[in-house]
Amino acid sequence: MQGKGPAICLPGDIDTDLVIAGRYLRTKDKSVWATHVLEDLDPTLAPRLKGAVIVAGKNFGCGSSREQAAFALREAGVIAIIAPSFGRIFFRNAINIGLPLIESTLTCTEGTPVAFDLSAGWVDTEGKRHAIRPLSARMQEILEAGGLVEYWRAHQ
Amino acid sequence: MSTLSERILGAAAGEYVDRKVDRAYVHDGTGVLALEAWKEMGRDRMGKETGYYIQFDHIAPANNGLTATLQHELRNFAKRSSMHFSDVGCGICHQLMAEGEVLPGEIAVGADSHTVMLGAFGAFATGVGATDMAAIWLTGETWFRVPESVGIRLTGNLTGAAEAKDLALAYVGKLGTDGATYQALEFIGEGVRHLSMDERFVLSNLSVEAGAKAGLFYADEVTLRYLKEHGLDTVGQEYESCSYCRELDFDLTDIVPLVSVPHRVDTVKPADAVAGVPLDQVFVGTCTNGRYSDLARFARLVKGKKVAVRTLVVPASAAILEKAIRTGVLADIVAAGCTIGTPGCGPCLGYHMGVLGEGEICLSTANRNFKNRMGVGAEIYLGSVATAAASALVGEIASPEVG
Repeated sequence: MQGKGPAICLPGDIDTDLVIAGRYLRTKDKSVWATHVLEDLDPTLAPRLKGAVIVAGKNFGCGSSREQAAFALREAGVIAIIAPSFGRIFFRNAINIGLPLIESTLTCTEGTPVAFDLSAGWVDTEGKRHAIRPLSARMQEILEAGGLVEYWRAHQ
Repeated sequence: MSTLSERILGAAAGEYVDRKVDRAYVHDGTGVLALEAWKEMGRDRMGKETGYYIQFDHIAPANNGLTATLQHELRNFAKRSSMHFSDVGCGICHQLMAEGEVLPGEIAVGADSHTVMLGAFGAFATGVGATDMAAIWLTGETWFRVPESVGIRLTGNLTGAAEAKDLALAYVGKLGTDGATYQALEFIGEGVRHLSMDERFVLSNLSVEAGAKAGLFYADEVTLRYLKEHGLDTVGQEYESCSYCRELDFDLTDIVPLVSVPHRVDTVKPADAVAGVPLDQVFVGTCTNGRYSDLARFARLVKGKKVAVRTLVVPASAAILEKAIRTGVLADIVAAGCTIGTPGCGPCLGYHMGVLGEGEICLSTANRNFKNRMGVGAEIYLGSVATAAASALVGEIASPEVG
């Protein structure tokens, strides 16, 4: 899986309450989550996420298991999230809905293009190539299938 | 020798394994999405050997028509399926699982991050999201990366007003919110045997606040006695010395009342140091501190007095509520001017029944004080039951002198 988009820089320890607040969870309409994604961090952020690569500090997505957090980011158009580490439930949730997460330490410059190639194992920004921690074989399969729903549809 | 996680999962740290899940549960929040994903997976099939549960606790009773409609759909599904269903008012999913549903050595998975609480039984218990849960409904299995383990070695006894909650905040403060990400905690050492199951639940419950995948105790005579009281006969687990990626030592004798200040659980200060912060609300309850022993302690501390600030008390389950009524604990709490909520998560998640207004400050016995969690522009301080009681009586944060 490959992609390229402008970097959106975020701090460390972004919890899933901050990604999508509890007051927006009670719906199945994913566009509601996309509209309000990261609203309590920066209310101007949501419209800028289309096609973007989030480059965040450590422990992105810690806290609650709410999968709406991963959906909110995907539906807002985020194409990948790069961080040194992730909350582990969020990690599984994102891969399970086909949103690539990349463990790598990267200095972020707002708006600078970031390219990634998961199978080749690198991220590239400002002319520098950085190694990434590879996904497990199973996670890679799930991601390549487009998510866990698609994975199980194909495996039955 | 192996860690407890390695023994239960049957492989060494770092390996990836597929394992049958013994217990799998969702609540009204995550169940809606799990049901959607399960339907999309395209097979009307359920794992045969897994115990499945749906428990309504997050917005229970429903707060508006939209929530009620989503719950109606999930409730109908639950009743049609072979799952164990607990409707509004039965209690918090983790507490219901702790009332005789989980055994040492089992693998329990819940679609909620505080599933880690059940590690107190010597089970491998961890949280997942809704789509993972849908696949567990389908197959009865899931994959795990066997975690490395952090040993939390306990010695001594809690003294004075200190509670297991203070110890929990102490270790989260020391590890930090990502100190054990992808890892498990194991609570070991001679200090463990002095801890009741209720106290162990608190310590396991907070492990996810340090990023941990699980927080386990070895099942001992305390565990077995508790399970027997809930009608379950089983055997304990022997600790074997094993290699931890990191060890932390805590002498319980040194633990004092602590408070996590906004907006991070790992920003921990002595309650003394934040005494005097004016409060708009005190909240006693949740999967952390809504058990009978918590309500009884709170009642003892406020009995015959009046709280000086609005105080919400929410039992973690109907069984706890019933016992608190029967023993008079609830009458003492109500006589002191507190309000009682329906067993469930209460205002912990900021959905209903106690949402805070902008600029308001709450002292809560819950496990999370993330920004805006209980209300936009509000602040949450986390503390023990004794700290909640002392604070409620004066309307500002106060360090408890007695527990």
